Amino acid sequence: MDEVGLLRISEEDNVYVLMRSISAGERLQVGGQTIVNETSLGLGHKIAACDIAAGDRIIKYGAPIGSAVRDISLGEHVHLHNIQSDYIPTYTLEDDSA
Amino acid sequence: MTTTGGRPDSSISEFQGFLRQDGRKGIRNTIVVAYLVECAHHVAREIVYPFRGQGVHLIGFSGCYPNQYAFDMMTRLCSHPNVGGALLVSLGCESFNRNGLARRIEESGRPVETLVIQEQGGTLSTIDKGQQWLQSTLSELQATTSRTSMSVDELIVGAICGGSDATSGITANPAIGRCFDLLVDHDASAIFEEAGELIGCEQIMADRAVTPELAGEILSTMEKTARYYATLGHGSFAVGNADGGLTTVEEKSMGAYAKSGSSSIDGLIKPGDVPPAGGLYLMDVVPDGEVRFGFPNINDTVEIAELIASGAHMTLFSTGRGSVVGSAISPVIKVCANPETFRQMEGDMDVDAGRVLEGRASIDEVGQEIFAQVLDVASGRPTKSERLGHQEFVLTYKTFEPIGPACLPV
Repeated sequence: MDEVGLLRISEEDNVYVLMRSISAGERLQVGGQTIVNETSLGLGHKIAACDIAAGDRIIKYGAPIGSAVRDISLGEHVHLHNIQSDYIPTYTLEDDSA
Repeated sequence: MTTTGGRPDSSISEFQGFLRQDGRKGIRNTIVVAYLVECAHHVAREIVYPFRGQGVHLIGFSGCYPNQYAFDMMTRLCSHPNVGGALLVSLGCESFNRNGLARRIEESGRPVETLVIQEQGGTLSTIDKGQQWLQSTLSELQATTSRTSMSVDELIVGAICGGSDATSGITANPAIGRCFDLLVDHDASAIFEEAGELIGCEQIMADRAVTPELAGEILSTMEKTARYYATLGHGSFAVGNADGGLTTVEEKSMGAYAKSGSSSIDGLIKPGDVPPAGGLYLMDVVPDGEVRFGFPNINDTVEIAELIASGAHMTLFSTGRGSVVGSAISPVIKVCANPETFRQMEGDMDVDAGRVLEGRASIDEVGQEIFAQVLDVASGRPTKSERLGHQEFVLTYKTFEPIGPACLPV
């Protein structure tokens, strides 16, 4: 069963989508464990639905959306810092503090 | 339309359209004022200014060098079913083939006038002549355009997304996909595009093509697209997308792809090709040949203009971050994916798809609501962006080869 506030779009997905913003330090129930994220995360961001090894595909919509560039643990924020596109590198502003 | 089992009652999907002399039917009765080079832009804008809110729309092409694509786009736009007449504003020394354009508009049965600033004695006299022409043509158009009964199977509806975030792909786009399924069930034409934003979905798309030959065309289009963007070194992914939780271009693609719904894909068209029959069409917006004029879609507005050139009576626009744009010629229905954005920008948004995230509606319900709005807007109700006066328009340089026979198997 899906966790409260977390959306798994397709059965095969290894990430959840946040259905609401969460604040830094907020406790989340993910995969039977209590996870605390150090940063606040906006609605629509992803967290790992299981442990993901470096090089593993990230699956959302039942389809690969990139690969992990380092090990990602259950409940961890999944974003630019730990996954990359298998097509074209994602461009970010150098002074982007988000 | 026919009334086979499972289809909603056809009587609710009829409305009054505007009949053009070339037999096409529009849902708006507008006049376009088109500048044919940037140097004529100010004069054209001044001509239009006193007619704000009266169905006069400003479009144009900035470039001074000739381009077949731009010429074809302008021809399609000036003779679009929502357009009843056109005023062309030329500086005089640009390369745009103004006489060719005027002739084609005339052949479509629409009133057309060309004002050449260098021959009219400059800015003020051109503005004056242009406004006089608009005044009389507007009254004539309102008095003489025939109304005609129009049904949903005569509609062409486009879809794009802009200002996407991670909610776009989980609420608004799937809901637009449901609306597209309903439109296709009613024999309307539905066009989705943004090949550059579908990188990573190639095979899934090809599997939905009605023939293996069309599947092959889709795959080679996507190959061209990937090559094009790789050469430019930049995918269709803006910094704001990452702030909203999207990480990679393929993640954004899967979200964008949801707009296409679940019907089979009946054809592959390029900007300006009008769908020959009801069904679902993929529009290829990436230029053919070597990479020449830069990014294929420099912004959302360019894409909307291309959908309109292919006959779109209106465009469904999915946004998560909150785009405010509308368009010249054809109304834009704004489907807001993010409930927080909707609350902040309700005055710009037509549909609150983000309520799916808050458990206040299902994707199906939002899809049906969008379909109902399509019929309302076709009946004449203005969308939010229309009411606010949004009439954005951009046209750039491109090069296209004509589509092959395998692209339209039906």
